[in-house]
Amino acid sequence: QIFSILSILAVVAHGATYDLPPLPFGTSSLKPMISKKTLQIHHGKHHAKYVNTLNALVAGTSLENQSLEKIIKATHKSKPGIFNNAAQAWNHSFYWKCMTPKGGGMPNENKHSKLLCDKINASFGSYDNFRKEFAEAANTAFGSGWAWLVSDAKGNLSVRKTIGADNPMVSSGKCCIPILTCDVWEHAYYLDYANLRPSYVDTFLDKLVNWEFVAENLERAVDSGKNWS
Amino acid sequence: SLSRAITTTYHIINNNTQSQHHRRPSTNKITIITMSAKQIITPALRAASIHVRSSNLSPALSKSAAAHLSTAPAGGGGGVVHTLPDLRYDYAALEPSVSAETMEIHHSKHHNTYVTNLNVAMEKLDAAVSKGDAGSIIGLQGALKFNGGGHLNHTLFWENLCPAGESAVPSGGALKDAVEARWKGGFEEMKKEVGAMSVGVQGSGWGWLGFNVKTGRIEATTCPNQDPLQATTGLVPLLGIDVWEHAYYVDYRNVRPNYVNAIWDIINWKTVEERLVAAQQQK
Repeated sequence: QIFSILSILAVVAHGATYDLPPLPFGTSSLKPMISKKTLQIHHGKHHAKYVNTLNALVAGTSLENQSLEKIIKATHKSKPGIFNNAAQAWNHSFYWKCMTPKGGGMPNENKHSKLLCDKINASFGSYDNFRKEFAEAANTAFGSGWAWLVSDAKGNLSVRKTIGADNPMVSSGKCCIPILTCDVWEHAYYLDYANLRPSYVDTFLDKLVNWEFVAENLERAVDSGKNWS
Repeated sequence: SLSRAITTTYHIINNNTQSQHHRRPSTNKITIITMSAKQIITPALRAASIHVRSSNLSPALSKSAAAHLSTAPAGGGGGVVHTLPDLRYDYAALEPSVSAETMEIHHSKHHNTYVTNLNVAMEKLDAAVSKGDAGSIIGLQGALKFNGGGHLNHTLFWENLCPAGESAVPSGGALKDAVEARWKGGFEEMKKEVGAMSVGVQGSGWGWLGFNVKTGRIEATTCPNQDPLQATTGLVPLLGIDVWEHAYYVDYRNVRPNYVNAIWDIINWKTVEERLVAAQQQK
C-alpha cells in the first residue's frame, strides 16, 4: 500500500504527461443533439480514464514528457496498451473541438474558409457527395471506431474510418492528417440514440460540425506540407 | 438450414386450350399448399415467371404471382432465410443483472438488425455466386462476417443466459470436471479469468469459454467485434459474454466490470454443459 501511494505521489511530483482538457462548451450546450448526461459521462469518465491510464502507463518511462502525437507514433505497433490510451486521449480532445452548438450543414466560403469549400468540391465533387461518403464510413465502422476527414499536404481530402483507437495519422504515407472526426463508439451516442447510429451521424453532420476548426486544421495541414521534405 | 415455406401456389390455366364457346373469365384456382421453397422455385419456374404476366390470368393475380416468384429465395444453393430467435424468458426475467429495457433493445433492435442485414448479404451472395462474380463475392465478406457473426453470437448468448433463480453452477459432471482440469481453483478461478479477459477487450467484442476439439480441453479467449468464435479460432463456443457497449451501457454506463460481475448470476450452466458434452462427442 505504501508503495502504491509513493508511486502516485511520484507521478504527481513529476507532473502528468497529459491533462484532461475541458470541454470547449458547457455540458448542456449540445442539447438536444447530445445530452448533458452523455457529455458528462463521455468526457468525465471515458475520456478521463484514457488520460489517467496513459499517465500511469508512461510514468517513469522515456515517453513520459513526450507530446501525445509522439507517443502515438512511437507506440502504434510496439505498445498497444499505451497506444490505445494515448490515441483515445488525442481522438477525444480532437472530437470535442470538432463540434459546436450551432454547427453542421454545408460550410460557407465567407463564414468558414474558401480553401475548405474549394477542397471539398475538388476532392468529392460536391458537399453532398462528401456528406454521403462520411456518413457511410461512420455507419459501416463495424464495431467501435471513428470516421475521419483527412487531408494530405496539398489539401486533397478523403474520408477514412478506423477501428478502436486507431488514428489515420499513423497510416503509412503522408496522406492522412485528420481535419474532422466523429466518434462512433457506442458510448458516444447510446444514451441519446440507442442503436440508431445513422440518426446520430446525421445529426452530427447537420447540426454539430465545427467547420471553423476543420478549416484551421486544413490550413495547418497545407502549411506544414510546404515545409515537408 | 431453414427453408421458408411458400404457402401459395397456383395453376396457370392455359386459356388457349379452352373452347371458343366458353369465353368466360378465367376461373383460375389458387391452390394453397405448403411446400419448401427449394422444391417449388426451380430456375425453370423462375424463368417462367416472366411469362406469367402474359397468361390469361387476371392481371392482379398474375402480378402477385410473378412478384412472389421473383422475390422468393432461389432453389438449389440458397433459400435460407434467417430469423430472429425467440427468447426462452421474458425481457424482464434477467433483472437485476440486465434490465428489461436493455434486453428489449438488444434483442429486438440490435440482434434483429444483424438478422435483417445478414439476409440481405446472403441474397447478394446468392446472386454473385450464381454469376460466378468473384469480385462481388469477396466484397461481401465484411458484411457476412459482421452480420453473420452478430446473428450467431447473439443466438448463442441468449441461450446461455437464464433467470438468476434458474442459474446453478453444477456440483458434478462433465463441465465441472473440464473446468477443474483447466483451472485449479475451479469455477471461481475460471470466472476471474474469463471476466478479466472480457473486461479487457478493447472496444467491441466478446469473451468466450470454448472447447478445443484437438486437445479436449476448455479455454478462455476473446474475439473482436462480431467475429464468430468457431470460424475465427476453431474453438467450439460454450459460453459467450457480449461486451459491446450496447450490452451494458443503459444499466452500467461505462463501468464494464460491474456488468461482467453481474452476468455470472444469470448464466445458464445447463446449456453450457450441454454444449460441452456435444463437443466432446465430436472427437
